[in-house]
Order: sequence, then structure tokens, then C-alpha cells
Amino acid sequence: MTLLETERVAVSPLRRGITPRRRGRGLAGYLFVAGYAVLLLAFGIFPTGYSFYLALTNDQGQFTGLNQFLKVAQDYRFVPAFTNMLIYLVLWLVTLVVLVVLVAVVLRSRVRPSTSALFRFLYYIPGALAGVASVLVWLFMLDPDVSPVSWMLKSLGLQTFAAVLSPGNLPLILMLIAFWTGAGGWMVVMYGALNNIPDEVLEAARMDGAGPWRTAWHIQIPMIRQWIVYMTIMAFATGTQLFVEPQLLQTASLGRVSPTWSPNQLAYVYAFQQGDFNGAAAISVFLLALGLLAAGLLVARSNLFKLDEK
Amino acid sequence: MTQTTLPSAAAGRRFAPSRAASFLVVGLLLALLLVFFVLPVIWLLLAPSKTAGQVVQDNPFSFGSFRQIGAAWRHLFAFQDGAMVTWLRNSAIYSGGSLILTLVVSVPAGYALALTKFRGRKTLLMITLVTMIMPQATLVLPVFLELNRFHLIGTIWSVILPFSFYPFGVYLVYIYFGSSLPKDLLSAARIDGCTEWQLFSRIALPLAKPVVALVAFFSFVGNWNNFFLPYLVLPNSEQFPVQVGLNQLLTSTPSFNPVAGAGLNITIPELALAIIVAILPVLVLFLFSQRTLVSGMLAGATKE
Repeated sequence: MTLLETERVAVSPLRRGITPRRRGRGLAGYLFVAGYAVLLLAFGIFPTGYSFYLALTNDQGQFTGLNQFLKVAQDYRFVPAFTNMLIYLVLWLVTLVVLVVLVAVVLRSRVRPSTSALFRFLYYIPGALAGVASVLVWLFMLDPDVSPVSWMLKSLGLQTFAAVLSPGNLPLILMLIAFWTGAGGWMVVMYGALNNIPDEVLEAARMDGAGPWRTAWHIQIPMIRQWIVYMTIMAFATGTQLFVEPQLLQTASLGRVSPTWSPNQLAYVYAFQQGDFNGAAAISVFLLALGLLAAGLLVARSNLFKLDEK
Repeated sequence: MTQTTLPSAAAGRRFAPSRAASFLVVGLLLALLLVFFVLPVIWLLLAPSKTAGQVVQDNPFSFGSFRQIGAAWRHLFAFQDGAMVTWLRNSAIYSGGSLILTLVVSVPAGYALALTKFRGRKTLLMITLVTMIMPQATLVLPVFLELNRFHLIGTIWSVILPFSFYPFGVYLVYIYFGSSLPKDLLSAARIDGCTEWQLFSRIALPLAKPVVALVAFFSFVGNWNNFFLPYLVLPNSEQFPVQVGLNQLLTSTPSFNPVAGAGLNITIPELALAIIVAILPVLVLFLFSQRTLVSGMLAGATKE
């Protein structure tokens, strides 16, 4: 997605300075980006602007200031939805960061390369089941009647599917699903980042008498810090958007799980059940702000994204 | 976990007891995660070979019979007069169509952002970056509201066009050209009288194969597995992609919905088979793509 230190083919600044600017070059650039720019306008910028417009008006199109935001924020389902999301996010991010970094380090320096490749591959396979498929698989895994680990569920006091799907368990269940489909890919990425650390650095650490764990803690992990930050922010941003997973769990739980468990579901209910597009837009704007914040942070504060060579 | 050994360089050193302990920790960690990641997949692959009763009663990792797979297959594809086939075809049309559009649009755009000069280039790049990092789902409801405003709900374009907007693809192409195509080469060709179009089609495009594969992979996988947008904008079952279809199956199965599912043949083995069929194209891609994924995520930074 990004580059650590892409070796750009060096172009001397002198040379660049005297590149003749021909007539028509600017025009060619516009033509090449035209198709993309249209899509960006239609499905990036316009919908964002339109959501803001809807959120600031009522169904008559009259400007209502922040009333829509106040209305949805005072909805009795608003705070629980955001709280649920927050609990899930904390659980998910901590698990993700700790385990992904740990496993990547282990696979990089404690295991034979061929074994390591096999493990990375096997961990990453469930990523193919992202979305609906993963939720369905986990419905089976968590149903004590069907599950291959029902003995484990039962020993935890979860005798029935209803007990498993009790609202307090939902953040944990969603975390399991997200980890199952997403962590393997991140392990592969983190392994790639570790692989970029020059062997000489690790060799030097070994010469100085550092064992593998100390090398990991003092050298490898600090050197991939920006990738860890990157993963955390991306996972945070994605986590705020929960929809498919709680929606399907809600269906399968026959109504025991709230249909407005996550903020996106609440926006969905506003739009589709209450027909209140302005309210739905207001919730979307809250979520957009979170997404923009995360993206802005990454772009501005990390040097992962190289905008230009200049 | 017996094959888990330390790299030979570190082996044969001091600290034998702590080495044994950390060996144990490493082995245990990897084994537990292996069980966590792989067991559900194995269970899923075996489930269609059994009857619903066998799934519950037999050893969860036993194989039933091929005859039973055939039966599950017939039940699944008989559901709503072959709805499964329709859904799979829809998925192929949506992901395939938007894949083509994505490539047609993002390869020239990434090229222009990397190697041509025009006013507003930096702004466009910045917006691309931000929209790329923002999760796709953030824009789904706004896009729905927009499409609804223009009465485009329920058309195939309401899925294909938003799917084709893929800033990450543009960024990948931008990075690729920026780091693999020297500007000097283009300047030289320009002096030799090449037009801008010839530069792109004769020099850049032939070099773009690896990045095209990369963009194609991410775009296809993402769109095939996408649920949220089609769920909102496509009201009819005949238009569902297979992901939304799976949701329909879930609500129709007696296993999870005793009320709506009475008398239907969709039980656990059929549902498991449906999952396998639905993810098969993506699974096949995944089996061959680990390298692709790494190079995509690290775009150019991988050590060769």
C-alpha cells in the first residue's frame, strides 16, 4: 500500500529543472486523469458533500443547522451504538497489535524460513472468507449444537446458541471474526516489514550479545513502528464501520441482538425503516469525520505515504 | 511443531534452559493460532459431505460421503429455482465489470499523477490518499443517499460505478510508475517526437503488467466480498450478488430461522456448501497471491 523507502530512479534536479514544458503536456495530464476524476467526484466528493447537506437540512430541504446532529445524538440508541463500537475497537486493536507483532517477530527470527512461509500462508487463508462468509462460518463455530469445539463452549457455561449470542459477548465474537479474517494478512505485511531490516543490523545486535527477544524488543519492533501505527489506524478506521457482522448476527440471533448495535446499523435503520434520510446522513457524517480523522492523521503525521519526490 | 527450530546461526549458543522455554512458548503460540485459523476452514470443507444430523452428531472432522455432497448440491441449487446461479452470475458481472472499468480509469490516472505535470495534480493526489485510507464503508450510506436522489437504485450501475471508484488502485499505479519508470526516458522519447499518448501506450503500458495484476487482485477480491453497498442499493433477489444471497439463505434456513425456514431443504450442509461456492473464486486467487499481497502492501519496499 505504501512504501518504506522506495528507491526511486534518481533523476538529477538539474535535469528536471530544464525539462522543456511543451504545449499540451498539461492537457495530456488532464485527459489521463479525466475518467478517474469523474468517478472521484461522483462517488467520493459529491456523496460526502450531499451527506453534509442532508445533515444540515430537514426533509423539506430547509436549513436546520445542527438540529439533525442533536436529534440523532439524543436518540436513546445512539450512545449504546457508539459504546459498543468503542468496546469492540479497544478489544480488537489490542489483540491485533499484540498478536500480529509477536507472531511476525517469531516467524521472522525464530522459525526456519520454509516453516515460516507455510505458517504465514495458513494464517492468511481465512482472509478469503472476509465478509458474510466469515460470519456464517463463525455462527457454526459458536453454536454449541454444531460447533466442533462445543465442549469448549459448554465448559465456559455456554450451553445454547442464545447464551453465546448474549449482548455482552458480541464485542468478543466480532473480535474473533475480525481477527480470523484479517490478522493473517497483517502478519504477512508485518513480516514483510521485518524482512526489510538489513541483516547487518540484526547481526550487529547478535554480536553485542542480544538474544532474539531482546533484539525483537529493542531493534526489530522500533524499526517497524510506523507499520504498527499504520495497521492500528487502518484497523481503527475499518472497525468504526462495522455493519455486516452485527447485522448478520442480529439476523441469526432472532432478534436477541439489537438491530442498532453499531452506528452504521443505526444509520441504516434511520434510512430504511424510519425513512429519515437526514438523520441517517447525520450519523454518516459522524462516521465520515472519524474516517477522515484517521486518514488525515496517517497522511500528515507518518511518512509512509510518499506524495512526491520533490 | 517439531520442525520449529531456531535458525542455525543462533543455535548451539549458550543459555540452554531459557532456549528450551522460549522454544516451548513459540511452538505453543504457533500451534494455537494454527488451530484457530485452520480448524474452521477444515470443518467448513467437510460439512457438506454429511447430513444435517451427522454434522451435529458425528465427529466434527469426519468425512461423510460424496453422495451426500451431491444431495447438498442439488438442494442448494434448487433453492428458489436456481437463485444461487443467478447470484454467482451477478457477482461475476459486478466484480468483472467494475474490474475492467477500474483498470481503464486508474492506470492512466496513476500514470499521469506520477509522470505528467498539470495544475491541481498535488490536490488530486492528496484527495486520493485520504479517500483511499478512509474505509470504503464510510461512503456507502452517502452513496446510497446520492443514488436514491437520482433514482438510480436497483440498476446494475448503482453497484458497478461506485465499485469502480478505487483510489487505492490509482495510488498503486502512481507508486509503481513513479519508482520504475525514469522520467529521463520519457523526456528523451518526447524529444524524439513521441506524443503524450504514444509515451503512455508504447512505453508505460507495456511496463505496467505487474501493477495491473496487483490492482486487479485487490479490486476483484474487495468487490466480490462486498456486502454493504449491494445490500442497500439492490432490492430484488434476481439482482443480488452472492454475498447478499448468502444472507438470504441464512434467513431462509431452519437452522437459524425456525419460523421462515419450515419445509426448506437448506440446512447446515447446504449452507456450508453455499459458503464454499461463494468464496471459491477468491479462495483460488488467494492460494496464488501471497506474494502479490506483500508486494502490494509494501509497494516497492520489498527486498528482492
